[in-house]
Amino acid sequence: MNIQLGILLVLISSCFIQAQTTTVCKTGCNYSSIKIAIDSAKSGDHIFIKKGIYKESNIVIYKKSLHITGEKGTIIDTQNNGYGFSVEATDIIIKNLTIKNIEVSYIKEYAAILLFKSYDFEIENITVENAFFGFLIQKSKDGKIHNNTISGEGKAEADSGNAIHLWHCENVKITNNDVRRMRDGIYLEFGNNSYISNNYSTENMRYGLHFMFSNNNTYENNIFEANGAGVAVMFSKKIKMYNNVFKKNWGTASYGILLKEINDAELKHNTFEDNTVGINADGTNRIIYTENTFKNNGYAIKVHGACYDNIYSKNNFLYNSFDLSYSGNLNSNKFENNYWSNYTGYDLNKDGIGDIPYRPVKLFSYLVNRTPESIVLLRSLFIDLIDFSEKVSPVFTPENLIDNQPLMTQVTW
Amino acid sequence: MFKILKYSFFDLMRSSWSYVYFGFYLLLGIVLLFLNNDLSKAVITLMNVIIVLVPLIGTIFGVMYYYNSKEFTELLLAQPLKRSSIFLGQYLGVAISLSMSLILGLGLPFIAYGLFKSNAIWDFSLLLIVGVFLTFIFSALAFNIALSNENKIKGFGYAILMWLFLAIIYDGLFLMSLILFEDYPLDKVSLIGTMLNPIDLSRTLILLKLDISALLGYTGAVFKQFFGTSFGLIVSFLALAVWVGLPVLRITYKSIKKDF
Amino acid sequence: MVEITNLYKKFGKNEVLNGIDLSIKEGGIFAVLGPNGSGKTTIIKTILGMVIPDKGSIKVFDSSIKNNSDYRHKIDYLPQIANFPSNLKVNELIRMIKDLRGATNEDQKLIETFKLQPFINKKLGTLSGGTKQKVNIVLTFMFNSPIIILDEPTTGLDPISLIRLKELIAAEKAKGKTILITSHIMSFVEEVANEIVFILEGKIYFKGSIEELKAKTKQQDFEHAIANILTENHV
Repeated sequence: MNIQLGILLVLISSCFIQAQTTTVCKTGCNYSSIKIAIDSAKSGDHIFIKKGIYKESNIVIYKKSLHITGEKGTIIDTQNNGYGFSVEATDIIIKNLTIKNIEVSYIKEYAAILLFKSYDFEIENITVENAFFGFLIQKSKDGKIHNNTISGEGKAEADSGNAIHLWHCENVKITNNDVRRMRDGIYLEFGNNSYISNNYSTENMRYGLHFMFSNNNTYENNIFEANGAGVAVMFSKKIKMYNNVFKKNWGTASYGILLKEINDAELKHNTFEDNTVGINADGTNRIIYTENTFKNNGYAIKVHGACYDNIYSKNNFLYNSFDLSYSGNLNSNKFENNYWSNYTGYDLNKDGIGDIPYRPVKLFSYLVNRTPESIVLLRSLFIDLIDFSEKVSPVFTPENLIDNQPLMTQVTW
Repeated sequence: MFKILKYSFFDLMRSSWSYVYFGFYLLLGIVLLFLNNDLSKAVITLMNVIIVLVPLIGTIFGVMYYYNSKEFTELLLAQPLKRSSIFLGQYLGVAISLSMSLILGLGLPFIAYGLFKSNAIWDFSLLLIVGVFLTFIFSALAFNIALSNENKIKGFGYAILMWLFLAIIYDGLFLMSLILFEDYPLDKVSLIGTMLNPIDLSRTLILLKLDISALLGYTGAVFKQFFGTSFGLIVSFLALAVWVGLPVLRITYKSIKKDF
Repeated sequence: MVEITNLYKKFGKNEVLNGIDLSIKEGGIFAVLGPNGSGKTTIIKTILGMVIPDKGSIKVFDSSIKNNSDYRHKIDYLPQIANFPSNLKVNELIRMIKDLRGATNEDQKLIETFKLQPFINKKLGTLSGGTKQKVNIVLTFMFNSPIIILDEPTTGLDPISLIRLKELIAAEKAKGKTILITSHIMSFVEEVANEIVFILEGKIYFKGSIEELKAKTKQQDFEHAIANILTENHV
């Protein structure tokens, strides 16, 4: 009985106290294969993979809490065969690895790391090269994904996946990642209460960042540059977007941000520069746009129908070809206290607010919407003349679409 | 030809009009930059000015110089000089002195403002290049009008009318026809339309620089190729060169046929 | 020296030259006469290439002047109305013409002859008509070309300058040059011309010496001979 109890105690203590560190390398370590090392490991073990190229794939971690760390120069080449890691576990850490050559499939979403029903996970400092999907995180929560670099080599949307893809996830922090040349840089589908910051997302074929049915998320200090269609925030609520930079999203269906069916969001301190359209808003309600800078965009903001109670205030509109394109009625949306570089009014009482209101919608933007080819007449003297006459007596543009208190100097924060 | 150019050039450099023109641009540059303190905005305002005013001044100056130097021309015609070199020399004298006023008048304040350290230098250089092209085109057109009209008043009238047409009326007609035929594919037509008017052409070149984000928002393969690659830039510059070349050729042709 | 064959020129509907054949031999002074609008200046301008004929050919020193400008090195031309660029100074103008045609030193002598020194630094726009004409004469005679064409050379000249001009013409003639003159001053023509050409309605009405003209019209003096032609032709 005593002996039995003793064995049990030893067993328990080895479980909870004596977490073992196992090493993996070609020769002279505990294991030469990562897969075998993992299969042999107990929950709570650390696995240290020494540098070298490991041609392994479909490494499964099932209901085992492991901390897997690589040495600098540790490369896992999956040789276009399925997943890199496929994980279903709690308290899992994977870091300091390079994983490359993920299989492209039209049926399965192969990823460098697949997490399924995993909690308390951390993915750090992973470089994924030639990725199909980078990290595919499903039905998981409470995780961190940081300092990773993910790049793909796909040629079209169909044969590339997303760099970081969350599906039905809660409370994930995605920070300091560099994602490029994928389909979407970061994609949240049914992802809630997550925090995305300091990422650099560029040259992705579709969106730099993409929210679908995801609520209560915050993203800030990210840079989204030259993505196929910019950033898309769709069918989501309570998204906070702060301090992001959206630039060089050029094309017929390209935006800094595409907002579709969004409620109660806030955009603050963002910079939109050199985009075909800075913000494309469609069916948005109760959104506050404040202290953003729109510079050198084709259109700073395009507002389509079904937008209510949005407030645009204290933004800088600088040298955009068009500041605003607007469909339908004003619908209790407000434009107030913005700085418009195209404003030509004056401020006689020197209170910093222009004495005559500013009309951000030009007649010409209506003409261009109707006959797109007429864009070649942009900035023509004739167009300036008709815009001026429209400004004096509005016929085509909504009469009450005015910034009554345009600022005389740029907003700073 | 270079001797005539030299004399025309110095003649113009001494006339007060060159200084007025130079002074105007100097003032404009200074006001835009130092009162406004916003380089990007200054460049945009300048674009509007250059596209409208440079053609107007080139036209008026060209016509005026032609009629005012009639005596000089007649004096030269009796000399052993080729007719084409007399007129081309005078034309180049006008065009070069106007271009100099433009470049110096705008260049000096911008250099003083610290243009070389700024990103706007390319936009600004493009503006100047376009301005020089427009000067050459419109003084050549003005010479053509003057060569074909002995009557000074008529010549001036036609010249101003030409400017008015190309600067404003053309775009009005252009826009109307685009709206009228909006059911048809128009991208090729609209690009050809801009090529046929040197002011529109210069505007397009500047749009390529300032409004490329907006231009890339339009479908149509022709637009995409034109605005999205260097194709548009090259074609526009070539077309501008043609716009200089054709009126100059006609100056030569007309001057050989004309009686004095 | 100058061969004009079958020359036609119309200005609009107005037929100015109507088949002119004219041959001017080397040496001597030819006066081209005719009523106002008869085409005198037009003939001169066609010879100079300033007016392009509709039909016909002109040869100077046996080569056609069509699309040619070098032959004008051999011609000095005094235009009818002395129009100069008004903001040019006299000496600048002289320097410019020298620059265009070649070097010469004759100008100093001519400036002295016509007492132009006080005006040498004045702008041409400020000069009187007569002074301009003197500058005009200096510009014409400062080159030593075999052909001299003078279109109304006496316009605006004071008597002393007129005498100097006549001396100048005589001196050039003595050098064996060919001089072509148009003038309304009959006494001047009678005094200097060896041969006259009378043009009427774009055609040559008479070509020959003054004596021959007098004989043809049976008039005693030159002025009446001219008047006679005009009345007989109802001009």
